[in-house]
Amino acid sequence: MNVLVGLGGSDESVKTLRQTIDRTQDVGDDLTVAVLEKPESKRSQGEMYEEADSLLSEAGVDADLVRLEGDPGSALVDHAEQGEFDQLVIGGGTLSPMGKIQLGPITEFVLLNAPTTVKLVR
Amino acid sequence: MGRARLYPDEPSGPFPSPPSTIEDREGRDIEIRAPGQLTTDLDAVVEMYDQFDPTDRAQGIPPTGEDRIRNWLETIADESVNVIAHHKPNGDVDGDTEVIAHAMLVPDADDPAAIENNSDIEWELAIFVLQDYQQAGIGTHLLKHLLGHASDVGIERVWLTVERWNNPAIALYERVGFEASGTESFEQEMSIRLE
Repeated sequence: MNVLVGLGGSDESVKTLRQTIDRTQDVGDDLTVAVLEKPESKRSQGEMYEEADSLLSEAGVDADLVRLEGDPGSALVDHAEQGEFDQLVIGGGTLSPMGKIQLGPITEFVLLNAPTTVKLVR
Repeated sequence: MGRARLYPDEPSGPFPSPPSTIEDREGRDIEIRAPGQLTTDLDAVVEMYDQFDPTDRAQGIPPTGEDRIRNWLETIADESVNVIAHHKPNGDVDGDTEVIAHAMLVPDADDPAAIENNSDIEWELAIFVLQDYQQAGIGTHLLKHLLGHASDVGIERVWLTVERWNNPAIALYERVGFEASGTESFEQEMSIRLE
């Protein structure tokens, strides 16, 4: 399967990438990692790119690593439409202090607009 | 967490403080109390959530199964502010009251134990009413008493998220003074400033 994972730069992004790498190794998927432009994130786009690069190297996974500029939800869906992807993977929500799962506006945009199956990683 | 949320300029209130006994629209006497610590009433509250119909869950809470419910409540118990509604079922003269609704505020802070003033931080609200007691006005009373109790302990900023399609809940929150805030996605964020 040809998988595209989108990373916004949060801790959930790192967890999502780790799980996707594990899955890729288990089943031999083709992986593209897209680092999104999301200025309010904990990690800058550059920092997320570096971290993704080292996680992929450590795991010995040969993936395409790209930076996508512009609105993160829209840029990710555009990229998914241009490639031959079977699945799009993103982080599946943060937990509020109360323990409520919260899906942000980017998640909503991707779920509603993606041409492929979308996987939310918890 | 800790990101700045928008709050209404005008404070809302005053709200009633617990304890109170109210009569719901079905003529049932409902006692509203604020336990000093949630742990005092923990077993009865766990019991209530164990009876809660999972189809009414919102954004993953309450969890299902007694162990997961207890674990969830214990995680938020220590620093939370709670009001609990009790009812003694008819014909059960000698029996204990049952918990039929629960509303709480949980501090939005990385280290809740280090909070000096409750007004320094923002508090997340949630409210649950057992299905047999819904649509009887209990939620409105309980919500007002939670906000009254919150004001008594110095809390000023309260926020919540509610599923965007849950119009009855949004209308309830608007009635007591909550206003829509933040970006719209699946969840509508709402906030209130207390007197």
